[in-house]
Amino acid sequence: MNKTLRVALMTIIGALMLAIMPLPDWAIEFRPDWVTLVLIYWAMALPSSIGVTMAWFAGLLLDVSYGSLMGQHAIGMVLVIYIILLQHQRLRVASLLQQAIVIFFLLFIKQLIELWVDGMLGRAPHSWFYFMQTITSTLLWPWTYLILRDLRRKFGISKHYQY
Amino acid sequence: MQTLFIRGPSATVRMTVLVIASIVLMTVDHRWQSLELVRSTISGVLYPLQYSIDLPIRLFYWADETFSTQKTLLEKNREYEARHLENRVQLQKLEIIEKENDRLRRLLSATPKTTERLLIAEIINVDVDPYRQLILLNKGSSSDVYKGQPIIDAQGIMGQVIHVGPMSSTAILITDASHAIPVHVDRTGLRANAFGTGKIDQLDLRHLPHNADIQVGDMLISSGLGGTFPPNYPVAIITQVERPDGEPFAAIAAKPLAQLDKSREVLLVWHNRPEEKPEQSTDDRDDDETDAVTDTGDNSPDENPVTTDLENPSTPLRDNNE
Repeated sequence: MNKTLRVALMTIIGALMLAIMPLPDWAIEFRPDWVTLVLIYWAMALPSSIGVTMAWFAGLLLDVSYGSLMGQHAIGMVLVIYIILLQHQRLRVASLLQQAIVIFFLLFIKQLIELWVDGMLGRAPHSWFYFMQTITSTLLWPWTYLILRDLRRKFGISKHYQY
Repeated sequence: MQTLFIRGPSATVRMTVLVIASIVLMTVDHRWQSLELVRSTISGVLYPLQYSIDLPIRLFYWADETFSTQKTLLEKNREYEARHLENRVQLQKLEIIEKENDRLRRLLSATPKTTERLLIAEIINVDVDPYRQLILLNKGSSSDVYKGQPIIDAQGIMGQVIHVGPMSSTAILITDASHAIPVHVDRTGLRANAFGTGKIDQLDLRHLPHNADIQVGDMLISSGLGGTFPPNYPVAIITQVERPDGEPFAAIAAKPLAQLDKSREVLLVWHNRPEEKPEQSTDDRDDDETDAVTDTGDNSPDENPVTTDLENPSTPLRDNNE
């Protein structure tokens, strides 16, 4: 249990670093939503240890580092992880393509929530490239999945529920 | 299998609570801005992460400096010395003008100008929200940075601090879509607000009538109204003036003078704060002139956190007691 949490936390911190890594100007809008992708994987693989609470705290960390409203990223993340938790058994046996399709819609909803909050504050971005993030995240899902799965197997973290 | 039935409602309850908590947090953060303590604590936790991301870039600059040849260093040094001399000559003239200005002010019994203190902060190279113009600085509440503090660079006003952490702070640039800065036109004294557009090289002057006396090339300087920004710092230059028929207001665009996307170092300005207004600084100007001159001469660029008393910005001074 302890090792599980430690490995998961390390990957989430890694994702957080990727999320604030400086990119060239043309690539900024294509930056995948690393933190959500990693959280989705862990919620699918270990729903007993990584849940909505972890997602909420990760979202708050992202909010502070992005300088957005406290809770703006957190709310979308909680909703996405909640849906993943409900459906994790179906998603596990789905193919990578099917998983990617589900994740596309979840991330799209998450971005819509963030856009909605930005819109209420009067600073909604006027660019369709805003939704590029969802597309690149979806395209990178199979890769993220395979890497994290190998990592999980390497550290011998089992899928079984441990209480 | 049974764990599923235990977990089901629990996750739902937790999700509901957290969603409500997020909505409450967002409302509180937006309406009352009373979450600064939480934000500051979290940003203290995040600072090591941000620092470690910035580290390779910092190392690159460090290596660039360390392994540069003596010849290039000498060349640079010579160039800086020449520029330093030039600047000092200009400063002498400014000193005299300022003294005169001060005397005239006293004759009019207008309020004396306040002194300002500067501190160099480095921009930490991490990406923040791509749709907002924010930067992260490596000075925080441990260096007395406060919320609303103006930041400038050598060319003009850059923005203001919006969140302060223990070791770092977040600043918003004047071009952010949610930012506005009170300015006036240097040539005519016409007051206006320069709104950010979300584009790094454009400010908009809204709500100016068609007959406003303004033309391309006019310099906008900060008016100091509102108290956040110090007065008389350059802000932008007018690049476009259109007076479209059928619109109530003229469409005026300006280009910020500060190097908003190129600077690596910025200056934090303390101005008008009660504890930053020592009496002797005004006395300084009264009697001994040499002291003031050496003061500005000491201002060497290689001392990294330079704190210096700066009585006047490097702008053409104008008398604006309206």
